[in-house]
Formats: sequence, structure tokens, C-alpha cells
Amino acid sequence: MRVRPVGVGLRYGVLFALAALVLVPFVGIILASVHPPDQQVSGLSLPDRISWENFSVAWNQAHFGSLVRSSLIIAAGVVPAAVILATLAGYGLTVLRAPGSRPVTGAFVLGLTIPVELVVVSLYFNLRDVGLSNSYLAIIMAEIALFLPFGVYWMSAHFAQVPIELVEASRIDGARDLIVLLRVLLPISWPAITTLTVLIFMWSWNQFLLVLVLMQDPEKRTAPAGLGYFVGQYSTNIPLLSAASLIVILPIVAVYLAFQRNFVSGLTQGAVK
Amino acid sequence: MADPRTTVVARSSPPAAGLRRGGAPSRPGRRRWSGWLYILPAAAVYLAFAIWPTIAAARLSFFEWNGILPPRWVGLDNYREIFDTPALYGAVGHSLVLVVFFSVIPVAFGLFLTAMLSGRVRRGMAFFRVVFFLPQVLPLVAVGITWRWLYSDDGVVNEALTAVGLGGITRAWLGDYGVALFALGLIGTWVMSGLCMMLFLSGVQKIDPSLYEAAVLDGAGAVRQFFAVTLPGLRGEVSIAAVITTIAALASFDLVYVTTNGGPANQTTVPGLLVYRLAFTQGDIGGASALAVVLAVTVIGLVTVIRWLTKERS
Repeated sequence: MRVRPVGVGLRYGVLFALAALVLVPFVGIILASVHPPDQQVSGLSLPDRISWENFSVAWNQAHFGSLVRSSLIIAAGVVPAAVILATLAGYGLTVLRAPGSRPVTGAFVLGLTIPVELVVVSLYFNLRDVGLSNSYLAIIMAEIALFLPFGVYWMSAHFAQVPIELVEASRIDGARDLIVLLRVLLPISWPAITTLTVLIFMWSWNQFLLVLVLMQDPEKRTAPAGLGYFVGQYSTNIPLLSAASLIVILPIVAVYLAFQRNFVSGLTQGAVK
Repeated sequence: MADPRTTVVARSSPPAAGLRRGGAPSRPGRRRWSGWLYILPAAAVYLAFAIWPTIAAARLSFFEWNGILPPRWVGLDNYREIFDTPALYGAVGHSLVLVVFFSVIPVAFGLFLTAMLSGRVRRGMAFFRVVFFLPQVLPLVAVGITWRWLYSDDGVVNEALTAVGLGGITRAWLGDYGVALFALGLIGTWVMSGLCMMLFLSGVQKIDPSLYEAAVLDGAGAVRQFFAVTLPGLRGEVSIAAVITTIAALASFDLVYVTTNGGPANQTTVPGLLVYRLAFTQGDIGGASALAVVLAVTVIGLVTVIRWLTKERS
């Protein structure tokens, strides 16, 4: 029997209060975003009339339409490539146990602690030297490299949990490495791969500093990077800034709500073991 | 090396499996050279776009270079300058203050709440989980813009303070010399607390209930139970939460860039911001690289300390 710390009612009271603290900022910018443009917004006030104009201004005149397109182009390059490379490497390191796989795994894991700040300056000059300034390809490659430490780590850990008998059995049947991966391991790896996919999409969507530096052309930046630039120009136009922020937030929130189990399990499950 | 805030987030999962595997002696089957075929593509991209720039940054930190003229070797001068210039080492100090807000407070708060709720809240947990994790998935730029507005003169924070009779202390929080850094830190507390709470609340449910029964038989009260059973049982979660949040605190460029941009009067500068400025507005690539190296060393140092402090000692 455990000591009952507090009553059930109080527990839920606290949880609801905290949930409100998390959600109030969203309510704040949603309300601000539907105020008529340039109207003074004060606190959590309701607008006199609901106006969607800020969204269309942000989308068209502030180029958020094309910024979102850049974000999607980069994510479309980064996500599949990073997931495939991480899966292949995890297979080679953990299942095939290539000679030297231990130090190589270590080198990838070390990458988890290195901040973007450390690489971004020299990366900019290296890429400039090879003529890859302002290039989507350069950003895509750099992001893949940034997300690989986690991806390799994640897939290695996943493959380490797969019963080895499964792999051995199909090898005895004469299956080659690639067939083992595609026919035996992939079908039981979709949950791990899905989680990795949504996490990498999120990181790619949210990446700021790397894009700010490697893409000097403001028109071709991603949505968050464009937002960071935008805030300098329109720092006092709260309704417009709020609408632009919501445009940047909504896609990732939608992915989060659709795949929240993957996000949350990625966060909590393994931590404990 | 991904977005530091989130990267490490998910790192929580894998180590477990890795460790478990370490526990079991080596798997049957021989090592295969053909494995390198599978590793090579990832290794090549990682080497070219992460390892190489890291080495290049370390090398550049010993040079004076404006990005155009040939670099000039200056030895440790760039590092000496960091430790001699208040504006530069001040930024490192600010980021350590942010560690308190991003990491120490959320972890302590999460533990307190876990003790209070005792992990026995089940109904409706799915809803709370979705809400509390939400700040983790948002781009920090958007979080920053939102809080700029909440903290502004007629923002929600001041409105709430006035409503509870604290109208006297209202101000433009991010523009106030004395409190801007703390106000910035509290944004981090807002982002990170939910993550810590959910990690601990789910972790506490995995503690063997018989441990609590034994503690009760020994006459332990709620407080003793917390320190004797709950806290040791959450060692792994505390370690992970502290590492994730500390890395995020030190890589707070996005947030600072859109909220205060280092102001007022350099009260909220952080290393990332100065790396960006030194390199791209002041043309001091060597200085920027040295500061980036100092930042990376700080991150690795703090992570090592946290790991050591939360290590299981048997």
C-alpha cells in the first residue's frame, strides 16, 4: 500500500492547469492572427470581426507559399535518403557486424552531442569553394549528415533487438544479405522506421540555423528560416506575424497529431530500459 | 547533431537496446566484410558533411581569416580573446544560466510533480501526453515569435499579472535589462517541462510496487519513499532528461535570434548567436570557429558530468 499523496481531484486539477499553461500561448496567437491587419492587439482579446486576411497576406505577399514549397522540397530530399542510409548502416553495423563496427558506431553516436553551430561556419565556406552556395542539394546533404547519428543509432538499436535466429534461419536457407534485409527484417521494422521518418521530417522542417546560413537567398529559404527573417521586418505587426507563425506551425502539428504515438514512443519507451 | 532540442529527444530510446545487447555476449555468426557495403553510403555522407566541417572548424580556430584574404596562423589567440573579452565569455555565462531554466528547473519540477501525482494518473493520460509533448515538436522560431508577443507591453503575461493585482510589475519583459535573460529562460522552461514530466511519469510506473511496500513496512513516509525508491528508480529518465535539455539550452540560437537578438545591451547573447555574428557580419571566421569549439566542448563537458552524476554505482 502506498501513501496517497493527494486526492484524485487535486491531481487532475494540477494536470489541467499545466495543460492550460501549455495551450494558452496557442490561443494567444490564434486570436491575434484573426484580428484585422494592423489592428492593435491586446492580450487575449477577441477581435471586433474575424479576419482571415493575414493568412492570405502572409501566404502571397510575404512569400510563405514559396517558403513552404522550399521546406517540402528539402524534406522530400532529406527524409527518404536519411532513413534509407540509416537503415542500411544499422543493418551493416548490427546484423552483419562488419569488422570495425564498434568504433564506427561510436563515431556516429558522438555526433549526437555536436551542435550545429560548430559545423555551420566551415560548412558554408567549404560549400562556397565547390560552388554549392544557395543550393537545395547542399542543404539536403548537410541535413542528412546532421540527422544520421541519430538515425544510425536508432536503427542499430532496433536491429539489436531482433532475434538473431530469424536472420540465421534465412541465411541457412541461402538468402543473401540484401534479401534478408528486405524480406525478413523490413517487414518487422516498420514501426521503428515510421518513428524515425516522422522524427527526421520534424527536424528537417524545424531546422533554422543551417538554412539561414547555407541559403543566403531569402526567397529560397524554408518556412521557419523565412519566418526568422520576416520577424525582423514586421516586428510590430502582431496579427501578420501570428498568421505567419501558424502557417509554419500547422504542418508539423498535423504530422504530430497523426503520428503522436510514434513521437511519444520514440521519446519515452526506450528511455527506461 | 540534428536540431539539438529534438535530436536528442529521441535518443532516449536506443541506448537501452544497445546496452542490453552489450549485456549479452556476442551474437553467434561471423563478422562480414560485406557489411561495409551497407555502412559505406551513410559513412561517406557523414564524413563529408559532418566530420570534415568539424575538423575544418577546429583548424580555422587557430587562424585569423575574413573569408577572402589568405588565412593567417595565430595559434591560440582566438581562444585567448574569448577569455579576455567580457562580451564573449559573457555569452557562455548566459548559456549556463539558460541551462538552469531549460534543464534544472524542468527536471526538478517534473520530479516534484511525479512525487505529487505518484504516477497513478491513468485516465485521460493520452490527452495530457499529447498536450505536454506539443512544445517539443514546434519550430523554436515560431515558439520565440509567440512568446515575443506574450511578453510584450500589452501581451498576455502583463494582462494576467494585472488581473491578479500585480499590475505594478508589468513591463516589456524581453526588453528589460535586468530580467530579459530570465524571461528568455522561462520560454525554455515552458518548452522542456512537459518532456521531463512525461518521461518521469511514465518511468515511475515501471518501478516495482513491492519496493514501495517494503519501504512502507520499514516505516518510510512519503518523502522517504520518494528519495529511497522513486528517485533511484528514475535514474535513467533523469539522466536522459538532463542531457536532452542541457544540449537544447546550449544550442538556443533559434530562440534568441527571434526574441531578443542578444539585447538589451547584450544581456541575452549566447555563443551560437555570436558565432553567427562574428562569421557573417564581422568577418572574423577564426574567432567564430574558436567560440564554436568552446561551445562544443562545453556541451560535451556538461553531458559527461551529467552522465557521471547519474551513473549507477554498484
